[in-house]
Amino acid sequence: MKKIFAGLAAVAFGVLLILGISASTDIFRYEDALTEGGAAARYIAKDVNGSNGEIVFGETNDAETGSANMVTSVIANYRSFDTLGEVTVLFLASLGVSLLAGTMVKNGKRKKSGFVLKTSARFLFPVMLLTGIYIFTHGHLTPGGGFPGGSMIASSFLLLYLADEGFSTRISSFKIAEGIAGLLYTAIGATGLLVGGYFLMNFLPTGTVGSLLSGGIIPIVYVLIGLKVGSEITGIVSSMYNGEVKV
Amino acid sequence: MIKFTSLLLIAIGLYGILSTRNVIRILVGINIMEIGINIFIVAMGYVSDGAAPILSVDSPGSLLKYVDPVAQALVLTSIVIGLGITALGLVFARRIHSKYGTYDLDSIGGDS
Amino acid sequence: MSWFNVLEVAVSILLIVFAISAVVSKKLLTSIVMLSAVGMAAAVAFALLSAPDVAVTEAVIGSGLITFLFVASIRRAGKAGDVL
Repeated sequence: MKKIFAGLAAVAFGVLLILGISASTDIFRYEDALTEGGAAARYIAKDVNGSNGEIVFGETNDAETGSANMVTSVIANYRSFDTLGEVTVLFLASLGVSLLAGTMVKNGKRKKSGFVLKTSARFLFPVMLLTGIYIFTHGHLTPGGGFPGGSMIASSFLLLYLADEGFSTRISSFKIAEGIAGLLYTAIGATGLLVGGYFLMNFLPTGTVGSLLSGGIIPIVYVLIGLKVGSEITGIVSSMYNGEVKV
Repeated sequence: MIKFTSLLLIAIGLYGILSTRNVIRILVGINIMEIGINIFIVAMGYVSDGAAPILSVDSPGSLLKYVDPVAQALVLTSIVIGLGITALGLVFARRIHSKYGTYDLDSIGGDS
Repeated sequence: MSWFNVLEVAVSILLIVFAISAVVSKKLLTSIVMLSAVGMAAAVAFALLSAPDVAVTEAVIGSGLITFLFVASIRRAGKAGDVL
C-alpha cells in the first residue's frame, strides 16, 4: 500500500517537473544571456570592474584574476565568501560526526587484510597523496582545485586504514591542521580588508595568465582549502571507522 | 536529453525515500536525488558547441564560446556538502541501531 | 547520429537502470553498490557536459567516500545483506 502511494507521488512529481521545464525553455535562453553581458559573460571575459580586452592564454599580464581556470576564479575570487561559508558547513558536519560517533562502544579487533591489499597499499599511498597535492596546487591551471584534491588525500588515508589493522592516526594533529588552515583563510580575507577596502580582496599582483605563479591569492587560498577539506574528511573517515576517537 | 534524465532521477529518488522503512535506504534515496539535482544544474548551463571553461593552449582566447562557469562552481560546493550531510545522517543511523537494535523505523515508534 | 548523441543516450539509460535497481532491490548491500555505480555514471555525464572540475569531484566523492561511509555503517549489523 505504501509503495503504491509512493509510486503515484513520484510519478506526479516527475510529470510536473518535466512539464515545467519544457514550458520554460522558451522564455529564458542561456545562450542569449551569455552574449548580452550577464554575470557569467563578465566572469568569462574577466571584466567585472572594467574592460580589459581579450584575455589570451600565456600572454595577458595582470588581468583581473589572472587564473586560467574560470571556475577557480569564480570560486576563489569573485564568490569567495560563499566558499568560506561552505568550509564552515563542512566543519560543522565533521564536528557533529566526531561528537556523535565518539561515544560509541569500540568494536574490538579489526580484521587482518589480505596480502594483495597490504602490498599494493604500500605502493599506492604515496602516489595518491602526491596526486591529491598536485591537484590542489595546480587548481588555477588544470581542472580540479581544492575540493577534489583534499578528498583524494582523505582517500589515501582511508586506504591505509583498510590495509593495515594496526594503523590509527593521532586525530589531534588533523584537528590542529584544520583549525590553522581555517584561521589563515580568514586572516587573508582580513588582510584584504585592511589593504584594499573589501573582505577577501585579491591584493597580490596577478601574473601572466597560464604560469604557475599567477592569480594573486588564488593558489594560496586553494592550498588552504585543500588542506582543510582533506583533514576534515579524514577526521570523518576515522570516526566512522573506529567508533571511538582517541585524542 | 540529459536534462530530462536528471528529472527522472529526482523522481526515482523521491520514490526511494517514500517507499521504505529502513533508515539506510532513505539515505540512499536522498543521495540519488542529490545526484539528479546536480546533473540538472550543470545541464542547464550547457551551451551547444561550447568549450570547457578553462583557458589553455587549445582554446586560448576568452572570446570563444564557453559553457557557464557559475553553474559548475555551485555544483562543486553542493557535492561536498552532500558528503557532509550523508556522513551526519549515517552517524544518526548508527546511534539508532545501537540503541534499538534495528534499522526499521516503523517498529521503533515513539516514547509513550 | 554523431558519437556524442550515442554517448548521451547510453549514459542516460545507464543512469536510469542503476537508479531503479538501487531503489527496488531487496538486499541492502546491492542498493549501496548500485549507488556507487550511479555516481560513476554521473561522472561520465558531467564529462560529456564539458564540466571537468565537477566530473573529478563527483568521481572522487560519489564513488569512493560515500560508498565507504555506507558500508562502514552497516557492517555492524550482523550479516550485511539480511536487513530489510
